[in-house]
Amino acid sequence: MKTVAAFPRPFKVRVRHTRGVSLPDPQPEELDPACAIQAKGLRKAYGNVVAVKELDLSVRKGEVVGLLGPNGSGKTTTILMLMGLTEPSDGWARVLGYNPLRDPLSVKRRVGYMPDSVGFYDHLTATENLEYTAMLAGLDAASRKARIREVLTHLELSNVADKKVGTFSRGMRQRLGLAEVLVKEPGIIILDEPTSGLDPEAAREFLAIIRALKERGITILLSSHLLHQVQEVCDRVLLFYRGEKVLEGTVGDITRRVMGSTRMFMLEVAGTDPNRVLASIPGILRLSKQGEGKWTVEADRDIRADIADGVTRGGGRLLALSDSEPTLDDVYARYFEHMRTKDAERAAMNSTEEQKFVRAGERSSAEEQETKGAAPQKEDSP
Amino acid sequence: MKHGDTTITLQREGSPFKGLWVVTVKEMADHMGSIRIRLLFALIGLAAVSAIYSAVQQIRSVVGEDPFVLLHVFTVSQDPLPSFVAFLSFLIPLGAIALGFDAINSEYNRRTLSRVLAQPIYRDAFLMGKFLAGFLTLALTLVVLWLLVIGLALFVLGVPPSAEEIGRSFMFLIAALFYAGVWLTIAMLFSVVFRQPATSALAALGVWLLFAIFWNMLAGLIGQIPSNQMAQLMSQLWFSRISPNTLFAEAMVALLDPTTRSLGPILYSQLEGAMLGTALPFGQSVLLVWPQFTGLIAEVILLFTGTYIIFQRQEIRA
Ligand SMILES: Nc1ncnc2c1ncn2[C@@H]1O[C@H](COP(=O)(O)OP(=O)(O)O)[C@@H](O)[C@H]1O
Ligand SMILES: [Mg+2]
Repeated sequence: MKTVAAFPRPFKVRVRHTRGVSLPDPQPEELDPACAIQAKGLRKAYGNVVAVKELDLSVRKGEVVGLLGPNGSGKTTTILMLMGLTEPSDGWARVLGYNPLRDPLSVKRRVGYMPDSVGFYDHLTATENLEYTAMLAGLDAASRKARIREVLTHLELSNVADKKVGTFSRGMRQRLGLAEVLVKEPGIIILDEPTSGLDPEAAREFLAIIRALKERGITILLSSHLLHQVQEVCDRVLLFYRGEKVLEGTVGDITRRVMGSTRMFMLEVAGTDPNRVLASIPGILRLSKQGEGKWTVEADRDIRADIADGVTRGGGRLLALSDSEPTLDDVYARYFEHMRTKDAERAAMNSTEEQKFVRAGERSSAEEQETKGAAPQKEDSP
Repeated sequence: MKHGDTTITLQREGSPFKGLWVVTVKEMADHMGSIRIRLLFALIGLAAVSAIYSAVQQIRSVVGEDPFVLLHVFTVSQDPLPSFVAFLSFLIPLGAIALGFDAINSEYNRRTLSRVLAQPIYRDAFLMGKFLAGFLTLALTLVVLWLLVIGLALFVLGVPPSAEEIGRSFMFLIAALFYAGVWLTIAMLFSVVFRQPATSALAALGVWLLFAIFWNMLAGLIGQIPSNQMAQLMSQLWFSRISPNTLFAEAMVALLDPTTRSLGPILYSQLEGAMLGTALPFGQSVLLVWPQFTGLIAEVILLFTGTYIIFQRQEIRA
């Protein structure tokens, strides 16, 4: 039993969360020792805005889990509640068995957290920045120095170890952020948007490092709105939408669940408009333009022969046609299209102005494009 | 710990002071290395040397007969320069504001706050560490100044200061330190309230102007409200004593001018048997300014607590 330190005298003040609110504790049988992170009914409201709705979450030890979803879907809020950096409005969370609300220090000692858009003291060197947080983390002087050197070398920052962070690029800062996390030798690593703002090359390198950490058996929770980047490092993903966990499972599971038997084909043509020549192929579900002459085709069966046929008959030239695995982005697009259609239907009941969204269900290719273009703007206004 | 519902109280596990010293040392090192502090040191040094020099010029003629030569070095002024203490009451708020106005908001803007608070420390330690660093920096500055004055006086006038003079000027140093503390917490409060450092600096300077220039005028107005004359005087006095400037000025007068027998209005009855113009013993002077000291300290605690509460409630996200 740990002693509970009483609050020091001058600060004996009542702060917001003490207003007689009582949050639930887990029943002993609900706690699974194989889980590094567990949460149930976790909820966070900012006034009327519900940032996270009744979230159930469990991350087993050694697992790499991705929190995915568009901006504003509640990923960061979830992470902050797990770290004890913000108070949940309801529900409970346990991180390595500790309650982040009551015992945040125990959680923070064992969890390395890299916030999104991580910042450093620009007037200090990389080493000095890490020294500071390592001291706060309670590492003793001897192990600290060696550990920082080792981690900086590992992340290929040793040549700039004594340079001021003010001169660092975004990619270097991001790696320095990860270095700081690793200095602590944490049991769990939580990374918020680790690849955002990085160029594709830097993002790839960063993901390679994460994959190496995964090999070492570290539990990793990472959030991202860039699905394709993180899908291959995650054992399991949670898809968030407006504060709600809408899908959960391995990437394969989710893909199968959302896409069903849908097949995807990459198509490159010249000299004809696929919208015109392919629309009548039986089984075609969707045709979307990816770039000049590049298209993806979704269908409920293998229609490659029909595509080739259609293009040639339409007077065009077929430059490429291949079977492609749907990525998580495709899954996502498909899923949210579905959600938006439902939202739109609901909205259309109230306003005739938005009538056109209802027709999205009819699946004419031209309308499909229009809906796709119009829908995201709708999403922005809640 | 019981299972089932837990009513959350502020009983958190772990010490709120963990990491306090690390934050303090880092912040102090930052202060010491900053250009801001060097400018401040240069400014204060210049003001101190010029004020003391001109004071010494004036005092020199009366060295033999004056028992409180050292104290006069603090207070005597010669046109066009203000006295050393006048410089101080002006420069201390400026320095304290310079050290505190971007204490917290700069951490938000640099996006370092969530990284630091993701370490196993409470916000208490972070805020307190920032305050302590500023406070210690100001203390160091003031002590250096104090030694400078004593050294200069000794060197130029050639009379060693008496124990009482050392004691009085030391108490004055302490008063100056808490005066600085008040301004530091005011600046830190604004650094928590306003996200833009420029806004918080401006707000702090606004409060400073208010107390330095307009407060006595306001006190005069407030003093006209009650009908009876004594009540008028007292309300004016107590209103003006909200201002840290008033408290500091009163402490300064009572400590550096030993003939001060009272702060505020005196009734004739209180003067019976008093020998006007003679010096009050050191202990009596200290007793006289005790309320002013407690006032300054109370203001520091009050402002810090307010800052703490607002900071606790803030979201960690920028
Ligand atoms: N301090 C706050 N006050 C009010 N609303 C907030 C605050 N912080 C976040 N939100 C809202 O909570 C929602 C979730 O935000 P966030 O967790 O940052 O999403 P994500 O990390 O997925 O982009 C958003 O709608 C956001 O506007
Ligand atoms: Mg986020």
